[in-house]
Amino acid sequence: MKNDDIRLTPISNGTVLDHLKVGSALKILELLKLGHQHAITLAINTESGKLGRKDLVFIEGKELSGEEINKIALIARGATLNIIKNSNVANKNKIELPKSVNGTIKCINPNCITNAESIATKFSISDAPLRAKCRYCEREMDESEIFNSVK
Amino acid sequence: MLIERSNFALADVISINDFSLSDMNFILSQASRLEAMRIEEKNALLSGKVVASLFFEPSTRTRLSFETAAQNLGAKVVGFSDANATSQKKGETLSDTIRMVEKYSDVIVMRHPLDGSARRAAEVSAKPVINAGDGSNQHPTQTLLDLYTMRREFGKIDGLKIGMLGDLKYGRTVHSLAVALSMFDNVELYFIAPEMLKMPGHIANAIKGRVKIRESAELHEFLPELDVLYATRIQKERFADPLEYERIKDVYILTKEILQRTKSRFRIMHPLPRINEISTEIDETDAALYFQQAANGIPVREAILNTLGNEK
Repeated sequence: MKNDDIRLTPISNGTVLDHLKVGSALKILELLKLGHQHAITLAINTESGKLGRKDLVFIEGKELSGEEINKIALIARGATLNIIKNSNVANKNKIELPKSVNGTIKCINPNCITNAESIATKFSISDAPLRAKCRYCEREMDESEIFNSVK
Repeated sequence: MLIERSNFALADVISINDFSLSDMNFILSQASRLEAMRIEEKNALLSGKVVASLFFEPSTRTRLSFETAAQNLGAKVVGFSDANATSQKKGETLSDTIRMVEKYSDVIVMRHPLDGSARRAAEVSAKPVINAGDGSNQHPTQTLLDLYTMRREFGKIDGLKIGMLGDLKYGRTVHSLAVALSMFDNVELYFIAPEMLKMPGHIANAIKGRVKIRESAELHEFLPELDVLYATRIQKERFADPLEYERIKDVYILTKEILQRTKSRFRIMHPLPRINEISTEIDETDAALYFQQAANGIPVREAILNTLGNEK
């Protein structure tokens, strides 16, 4: 295969997620539940000056909601969100970790009331190290537990 | 008795993590006042009020002391001590049960097997909720009565040297107590547990810096320094290897012999029930504080009921 065969389709309007932790791109696609409405390009485990290695996600014709951005913050801390308009970067921001999230994480504690009754979960988030604490059962989840429990 | 609520900020008693030092001291002071009060006087405090006592799982000490406390204050008690007698059996959610009960009562006391159930109940109830144990999560009134026991015995909590012995990994009682004690001044904590039952890192981290901590697997090392030794039960089912349990369990049994090496004011506490971790020969000595500790559940629960049962 020649290098010429590899094409990253640049997007003209939409979202580019950059500086994603390696291994998070597929998880992000799964969480965003985009179906087949958008042209999507992934780059996995590419070289990065800043991180060594990183993932990238390009989504044509999509702007993310606040809730979607929170999900990305939890599973790919330090990611950069680029909003592309008319083939230019209209906005570029590091995604900030939310202080709390509602209904975004499933509590890992099987004995938690939120797993027994239909109640929206509520978690408070703290950084360095990343932790999510359930408002109900007070169980703290670590980074890998959060990664697997964002829904 | 007039209730000066300005020093108590909580609308419900759900988790010791919600308490400030001022909230804790308020309850402890109220408990002292109630303990000294004549029963006739106490009887008027919640007269005409209804306390709902919802025990979705069995409990002896906690339920009886809450119900006694409510009756001492003149309140009527309604409720159940077995979830099998309720509509939960028919599949009713906790949220719906609480929405119904809050219409019948002025304060809700609840024990429930699910973690976080008390927080949920407080969310759906306009009436105050008191957590009498939610699964393996919180049991804040136990912590408050433990603090009250220390303050009543020593006149203060600041500066006490407190050992915690036994299963420090799974015991929620010692976790909550360690967090609460770290809010007082110059308290020193001694964690004494076998390697596999050590105090979890997240608890030690949460209180580090606020309190001096020493750790050992060896009780005798710290004995002469302690004011209080808070003993807990080591549960056989925590051990994958029964031989390991047999090897460890006797090391942490308290006998009269240890009292030769302790301060004269040394006291032993235990949340009860005990199995064999405190030898009965200690019961008659001055060091045995655990039955008084259980009795202190009454004034402390009276204080909490009276504070929440009388509107701000």
